Amino acid sequence: SSIASFQRRQTSSDKRHEPPHSHPANNPAQDSAVDSTPLHTLQNTMDHRPQAWGRPRDDVYGAYDASFMNSNGPKQNTQQPIVTGTSVIAVKFKDGVVMAADNLASYGSLARFTDVKRLRPFANSSVVGFSGDVSDMQYLDRHLTDLAISEAYDSPEQPRLSAANLHRYLAKLLYRRRSKFDPLWNHLLVAGFDDAGEPFLAAADLLGSTYSSPSLATGFGSMLAQPIMRRHVPDEEAARKLSREQAVDIVKECMKVLYYRDARSLDQYSLAVVTKDGVELKTDEKLENQSWAFAERIKGYGTQTV
Amino acid sequence: SSIIADLSISTSPAIWHQCTHPTSSTLLITPRKPSPVAKMAAMFSQNPVMNGPNYSFSDGPKTNNGELREHRFNPYTDNGGSTLGIAGADFTIMAGDTRHTSGYSINSRMAPKVFKVGGTTASQDDATIVLSVCGFAADGSALRDQLDTICKIYRYRHGKPMTLNACAKRLSTILYQKRFFPYYVTAMLGGLDDYEREQCRAGGAAGSLIMPFLDNQVNFKNQYVPGSGTGHDLKERERHPLSRPQVETIIKDAFDGAVERHIEVGDALQMMIITKDGIEESILPMKQD
Repeated sequence: SSIASFQRRQTSSDKRHEPPHSHPANNPAQDSAVDSTPLHTLQNTMDHRPQAWGRPRDDVYGAYDASFMNSNGPKQNTQQPIVTGTSVIAVKFKDGVVMAADNLASYGSLARFTDVKRLRPFANSSVVGFSGDVSDMQYLDRHLTDLAISEAYDSPEQPRLSAANLHRYLAKLLYRRRSKFDPLWNHLLVAGFDDAGEPFLAAADLLGSTYSSPSLATGFGSMLAQPIMRRHVPDEEAARKLSREQAVDIVKECMKVLYYRDARSLDQYSLAVVTKDGVELKTDEKLENQSWAFAERIKGYGTQTV
Repeated sequence: SSIIADLSISTSPAIWHQCTHPTSSTLLITPRKPSPVAKMAAMFSQNPVMNGPNYSFSDGPKTNNGELREHRFNPYTDNGGSTLGIAGADFTIMAGDTRHTSGYSINSRMAPKVFKVGGTTASQDDATIVLSVCGFAADGSALRDQLDTICKIYRYRHGKPMTLNACAKRLSTILYQKRFFPYYVTAMLGGLDDYEREQCRAGGAAGSLIMPFLDNQVNFKNQYVPGSGTGHDLKERERHPLSRPQVETIIKDAFDGAVERHIEVGDALQMMIITKDGIEESILPMKQD
């Protein structure tokens, strides 16, 4: 009966407000008996021709924008990072790992958010440093919070997940997402300890690629900071001899070089030191001893002397 | 309300009949056969640009210029490196360098690409098969994890380790399962078996540099017995299985040559030597430049 009443209403609506180009054959009941059912106001703006039944009329609302209904078009997953964080750098030393990342989230070339913390402690035993898309970083951050809570239920005293476990988990997550063509646009470093209690440092990127090294850097840092860190820590043996102070100095030096030469960097940064005692995270470090005095001696681009 | 959906992909114009009703709403999704009415719909379309009854759900995301926007995400990369396997009479050596690159950068100088698979534990102490993967490293480790799990399940179900032959067959089906989104790797299996598959094989970035050298030094290609004749009458040098020190030397020389001439190969040489007594692993330094 609902169909019958619908048809009744439709007939009367056609009578009142006939759509343009309507074919007489499409409205067989055009001159049927008068219907007393009150009209729904929307019906005047709906198309009632059978081939486009009951949708908003183009001459009232404009052509339908098909991009709103992409049921079988290309997927609209993250196609490119939007708000981004630049390098994360880290170096192993004899008792743990030092990691640093500046507090900037860029919007293209605009230094848009200047107080974004990109180092995230996990269970006071590991640190994850994120570069790349900030919304994906925040997604992973929430995901890790959930993980930490459920882990704390199972093992309240001692964290079960070492940094090595955490790295493997995140790498699998990233690889799964890249295989779905819906990547999390991040390159991240995980620092802490492995299951044998040795300092652990490894990287994972949006493709699910993983690698480990005594010193690691993402993005610009892999080109500017890695050579400096490798000069101090060429291999695992050197990392086992490095003191905490030396490691922090190396990382600070690298942050300075990155600020000089990376146009998407900031002079305020976070620094985390992971040791057996836990994670010490400082989020308001500032670059010191920058060298700009030489600049006033440079004039012109060649022959200019004044 | 009820929903009846035909999920098959239809090439004929699928039309969504949506009926709004004060008390209930019904959405019927039916692929409509091309009927005279549907053709007429195209004629009567109020939006001629769309050339149809205005239900182009297949329209993709557009750029600001109105062009179709393509996927910019490339799920693959190349992490460089090379692998090499040589079979002797009663042993096999699988080797690979340990450099992991991305573009011109070295990600890691110690990222092994030769793995033991099929042991009973994570330490792989009792494994008998070695897998090398070279190409896209994330696919490589995914492939290794999958094959390793399968070998472990096989051992659990059948109470014996997988033979190399069975493992190779399984590896080929694993790779073919992803025929249309492939694992971008050169995968090689090494072990001991009753069959002889290949005497030697090099793969990866410097595969083309190493393989001709192996043809000559392992299979004695283009080598002839001195004074055995002239022109086509020359007698080929007789092939024989090489000894272990000879094979190790050839592998080291092959990689040293590759490191010299290919920028993506270097840092260290990892070798797994499989004999009936087990698997020995060795790591030798190579040039880091």
